[in-house]
Amino acid sequence: MTEAGAVELTGVHKRFGDVHALDGIDLEVGGGEFVSLIGPSGCGKSTLLRIVADLEQPTDGEVLVGGKPPRRARLDQDYGIAFQQAGLLEWRTVAENVELPLHVHGIGRAERRARATELLELVGLAEFAGSRPSELSGGMQQRVAIARALAPSPKLLLMDEPFGALDEMTRERMQAELLRIARETGAGVLFVTHSIPEAVVLSDRVVVMSPRPGRITEIVDGCRLGRGMAAGGAGGAGGVGKDSAGEAAELGPADVEDVRESGTFFAAITAVREALRKGHE
Amino acid sequence: MTRPGPAAVPGAVSVEAPRRAWRVTRVWPAVAFGIAVLLLWELVVVIGRVPAFLLPAPSAIAGQIGAQFDVIVPTAAVTGGNALAGLAAGFVLGMVLAVLAASSRVFGELVTPVVLAASAVPIVALAPVFTTMFGSTTEIPRRLVVAVVVTVPVFVATARGLRQVQPVHAELMTALAATPWQRARFVRLPGAVPHVMTGLRLAAPAAVIAAIVAEYFGGLQNGLGSRISAAAANTAYARAWAFVAASIALGLLFHLAGLLVERLVTRGRTA
Repeated sequence: MTEAGAVELTGVHKRFGDVHALDGIDLEVGGGEFVSLIGPSGCGKSTLLRIVADLEQPTDGEVLVGGKPPRRARLDQDYGIAFQQAGLLEWRTVAENVELPLHVHGIGRAERRARATELLELVGLAEFAGSRPSELSGGMQQRVAIARALAPSPKLLLMDEPFGALDEMTRERMQAELLRIARETGAGVLFVTHSIPEAVVLSDRVVVMSPRPGRITEIVDGCRLGRGMAAGGAGGAGGVGKDSAGEAAELGPADVEDVRESGTFFAAITAVREALRKGHE
Repeated sequence: MTRPGPAAVPGAVSVEAPRRAWRVTRVWPAVAFGIAVLLLWELVVVIGRVPAFLLPAPSAIAGQIGAQFDVIVPTAAVTGGNALAGLAAGFVLGMVLAVLAASSRVFGELVTPVVLAASAVPIVALAPVFTTMFGSTTEIPRRLVVAVVVTVPVFVATARGLRQVQPVHAELMTALAATPWQRARFVRLPGAVPHVMTGLRLAAPAAVIAAIVAEYFGGLQNGLGSRISAAAANTAYARAWAFVAASIALGLLFHLAGLLVERLVTRGRTA
């Protein structure tokens, strides 16, 4: 760990009127680390992500995104965000949707186009650049949304259940895709989900939360398929994918498949499940 | 309306839907019904010896359409021109007012009740007043009447469209640190286009009605409305009906043009 953490949360509280949504959250996401937030509905995981994105203000506590206050990070476009709905603008073509963040920030047409082409290549939708979003399936739309989030080359990717509305098969394919993209771009990811296997397969660390008030119950090691750069306090050499950080070996869907059948995967699932149960008592 | 017919191509995208509506198989029942009604009308008039002032036979009306064709076309062009000019002015006005109302709360609260009140103004009340104001040798009074009639639906539709921003799009623009103007440019204005087009489609035939009715209150005698009242006053009932038929055709033309523009502009959209 040389650079500043992608996200640093210290003693974050959030109240909506009488509802105590988040209670004393301390969490650090390292640069390039993949961290999932998991927990039952109402545990504040989405709220936490929205606080990092500066879409919501914490009632108390300190939030730093890449060493800056969230507002500054948002204005500087230090993060990219993807929501549960793809939220594409249907009057723009797929490429124009990917370009949107750059367009908003006044990047020239040629540069925008080049970046969009590159990103659509990355998410495997190059041939749909000129299509309308309505001509794409849900999974493809979500890939466009991820490409859009990546457009300003953010160091941090915030994802709020981006695969929540997809069927299981598409979902698994998208997870493999996301892992590959995260590795290729070197972006840190904060990922909200309520699927245990999803959290485990994607993450370096899985943050298990409990509801009312939203607290972190436990932090469990995930499959570490990403870069596996152990960050923050998470120890352990339980990496299945790879052990040295710098090396960029190909990570194909088959590797992700293998992991889904590995002992580490099931052990991590059990650990997360137990942590979730503990939080519910 | 865009429900796929039996001849629909499997897997065709939604863009194809409007075209399907124009398939002959969907149109002929309506055409056949229209012809049947005309035949029945003719029979009733001939067999029942209905007097011409009550109801002329379709054949007589058709004869008048043929005889008066050289008059009907320029007359319809005058009324159509008034309707079009008023439609354009009212469309722009309604849209601009709606954008201003959406961008400033104070302005919105000032202008919205006024525009909605304008919808309650009967055009028959405005037409004579405008004719006196601007004189009877100009088309301006008719165009103004049309513009007033058109402004309201366009304003209402545009205002609704501008208000309906999907929450996910609003959040996205916040996350992208977009300025209010950028939000308008990238999300609100383009998002409102289908609503604006619906307003235009509803306003187009209304513009023709307003243009014709406005002619009943004096001014130049060169449009369909004045021809209808003149023919009726001269007991030339079949001729009056010939101009009524031309009015119907003009109204339909505007309706179809509005529909076409709406479909062209909102092509490829799901909403």
